[in-house]
Amino acid sequence: MIALLRRDLALAFRAGGGFGLGLAFFLIVTVLVPFGVGPNSATLGVIAPGILWLGALLACLLSLDRVFALDWEDGSLDLLATAPLPLEGVAVSKALAHWITTGLPLVAISPLLGLFLSLPVEAMSWLILSLLVGTPALSWLGTFGAALTVGLKRGGLLMSLLVLPLYIPTLIFGAEVVKRGADGLATATPLAFLAGITLGTVALLPFATAAALRVNLR
Amino acid sequence: MSLWEYANPRRFMATSSWLLPPLVVMSALLIVTGLVWGFFFTPDDFRQGSTVKIIYLHVPAALMAINAWLMMLVCSLIWIIRRHHVSALAARAAAPIGMVMTLIALFTGAIWGKPMWGTYWEWDPRLTSFLILFLFYIGYMALWEAIENPDAAADLTSVLCLVGSVFALLSRYAVLFWNQGLHQGATFSMDKEQNISNVFWYPAVISMAGFVCLFVTLVLYRTRMEIRRRRLHALDARSMAA
Amino acid sequence: MIIARILPDLGKYATEVGLAYGVSLGLLALLIGQSLWKGRKIKQRLQQEEKARKGE
Repeated sequence: MIALLRRDLALAFRAGGGFGLGLAFFLIVTVLVPFGVGPNSATLGVIAPGILWLGALLACLLSLDRVFALDWEDGSLDLLATAPLPLEGVAVSKALAHWITTGLPLVAISPLLGLFLSLPVEAMSWLILSLLVGTPALSWLGTFGAALTVGLKRGGLLMSLLVLPLYIPTLIFGAEVVKRGADGLATATPLAFLAGITLGTVALLPFATAAALRVNLR
Repeated sequence: MSLWEYANPRRFMATSSWLLPPLVVMSALLIVTGLVWGFFFTPDDFRQGSTVKIIYLHVPAALMAINAWLMMLVCSLIWIIRRHHVSALAARAAAPIGMVMTLIALFTGAIWGKPMWGTYWEWDPRLTSFLILFLFYIGYMALWEAIENPDAAADLTSVLCLVGSVFALLSRYAVLFWNQGLHQGATFSMDKEQNISNVFWYPAVISMAGFVCLFVTLVLYRTRMEIRRRRLHALDARSMAA
Repeated sequence: MIIARILPDLGKYATEVGLAYGVSLGLLALLIGQSLWKGRKIKQRLQQEEKARKGE
C-alpha cells in the first residue's frame, strides 16, 4: 500500500501531474468572488468562511477525475485488482494520495485566501483546523464517486452530481466552525461533528469504494 | 412461450397483473375522497387561512418522498444480499415516483410557508432537507441511466443508495444545526400533531392512504416496465452476440 | 359563474392554494402519464422483438 501511495504521489508531483491545478482553482475562485459580490470588506468577511469552504470543496472535486481515470485507461487498475493488496487498500491509498496532493495544499494556502476575503484574524486558525479535519472526508467521498463513475465517458459531470450532495454535512459543519471562530463563539460542537463525519467516512467509505471498483472491473 | 430469464420476474408479472386493477381503483377512490373532502368540506384555519388546505397534498407527498427512498434502500439491500433482479428493478422504478413526490412536497411546502414567511422560499430545515433529498434522487436516477450493463448498474446504484441514505440522514441533522442550532424548536412547524384537529385529520389520513396506494400502484406498474425493458436489453445483447 | 359557486371562498390565499393544487395535480398527471406512455412503448417493443424471434 505504501508503494502504491508513493507511486501516486510521484505521478501527481511530476510535470503534467496536475498538482498545482487544485490550488490554482482555489485561488481563482477566491479572487473571483469579490468581483461578483463587491469589494465591501464587511460583506466579504461575513461570507468568507462559506466561500473558502466552497472553494476548497470545488477544488477537491476538480482533481477527482484523475484518481482512477489514468489507471483505468492504461489497464493498471485491472492489475491492481489482481494484486495481493485488497481493493479496500487501493481505495484508501488513492484517497490518501488525493488528500495529500489536493487537500493539504488547500489547507496551507487557505490563510492567504482568507486574507483576500477579509476573514477576521481570529478565524484563521479555525479555518486551517476545520479544513484539516474536513478535507479527508472530501477526498474519501470523492474517491467513492470516482470509483462509481470510472470508465464512463462523461463521468466527471455525473460524479460531481453524485458527490456534491454527500459533501453537504461536511460543508455545513466546516463553515460553521470558521464562522463561530470569527465571532469568538465556541466551536466545539461543529468541530466534533465535522471530525465525526470525517472519521466515519475514512473508516467506512473504502468498503463502498472497493465494491464499486469490483463492479466496474468485472 | 416467452423466455423470461428468471423465475422471479415471471411470478412478479403474473401477480402484479391481477393486483393492478383493484389498486388503481382504490388509489383513485382514496385520493379523490381525501382531496375533495379536504378541499371543499373543511373550514379555514384561523391562523393560516385557506392555505391549510394544502396539507392534503403536502403531508402525503412528503410522506411518500421519504418512504419511496426507504423502499429503494430496502430493495437495494435485498439486491446486494440476495440478487433478486425484481428487487433492483423495483428500486429503479420507485425513484422517479419518489422524485416527483419530493417535488410536490417542495412546491406545496414553499407555498404553504408563504403566510408565515411572506416569501415563497425560506431555508427552513425541513424544506432544505427535501431539496437535498431531491438531489439524491436525481443522482440515483442519473447513475442508472449512465451505466450500460444492467447488473453493474444495479450494483452501483444500490451502493450509492446505501451511502446516500447515510448522508441523507446526516444532512437532515446538519441542516437542522445549520439553520437553527441543535435542539431548538422550529419557528414554523408543519407537524401535523401540533396544528391538526379532527376536522382536518380525517381527510388528511384518507389522502395519505391514497398516496400510499398510488405509490404502490405506480411502483408495480413501473417495475413491470423495467422487467420488460431488461428483457429487451437481454434480447438485443443476444442478437448482437449472434 | 358555476365554478365560482362551487369553489369555496379561498380568501386572500386563493392564488397560493390554487397554485399548490394545480402544480401538484399537474406533476402527478405528468408522472402517471409518463409511466403509462413509457410502459406501453416498452411493452409494444418487447412484443415486436419476441414475435420477430419466434419467426426465426
